Amino acid sequence: MKLLYFAWLKTKTGVAAEEVVPPPEVATVADLLDWLKTRGPGYADALADPEALRVAVNQEYARPGDPVAAGDEVALFPPVTGG
Amino acid sequence: MGAELSALTAGNPGIGGLAVFIGLVRDMAADKTVGAMTLEHYPGMTEKMLTRIEAEARERWPLEASLIIHRHGRLTPGERIVLVAAASAHRQAALDACQFLIDWLKTKAPFWKQEETGAGAKWVEARASDDDAAARWKTDQSGA
Repeated sequence: MKLLYFAWLKTKTGVAAEEVVPPPEVATVADLLDWLKTRGPGYADALADPEALRVAVNQEYARPGDPVAAGDEVALFPPVTGG
Repeated sequence: MGAELSALTAGNPGIGGLAVFIGLVRDMAADKTVGAMTLEHYPGMTEKMLTRIEAEARERWPLEASLIIHRHGRLTPGERIVLVAAASAHRQAALDACQFLIDWLKTKAPFWKQEETGAGAKWVEARASDDDAAARWKTDQSGA
C-alpha cells in the first residue's frame, strides 16, 4: 500500500511517500489511521486531530468506513486551500 | 491570458458571453505581509479533480466552452494563481458556471498554500466560508 503525505502532514511525519504493509486487520481508512498513529510520535502528532485531516484512496476522497487494500494509493492531507 | 481566452471563443460565434475569474497572490494575510506563497499539489488527483469539476459545470449549464488553469510552486504577490472561464450563448449560464468552477475548486482541488511572512512559513488554513460557498451549489446528484 502506497502512502502519500502533503502539507504539514508531510512535515510532521517527516515522510512524503512510503510503502507500507499494514497488519491484516486493517480493513478501512479508520483502521489504517489508527495503525499509522502507532508507528511513531511524528505520526501520532500528525494524525491527532481527525477533523484536521482528509483522506483520498486511489485519488478519490474517502470516508473513515471506506475500505483500503494492498496495492491502494492512500493520501493524507489537510483540507484543501487552492484557488 | 489573452491568448488562452481568445482560443476559448475563437471560431464559435454561438458564444454570447464569456465569464472569467482570476485569483491572484495578495501581499497581506491577516496582519503579516506575505513575501511569497508556495502551492503544493497532488499530481494525478489534481488533474482528475479539475477535469471532473469542469465536466460537472458542462453538465449543469449549457456551456459552449470552459477552461481551468491552476499554477503551483512558488508565487509572489501580484502573480496569477488560477483562471476559470465559462462561455455560453447568454450571460447567466456563463456567470453562474464561472462562480461554480471557482467555488467548487476551492473545496475539492488538492492544492495547499504555504505563505512566507516575516514570521516564517505557515500553511494556510481552509475557511468555513469556502465550504459555505461550495455548499450552495450542492444538489442531490452532485458526486464530485
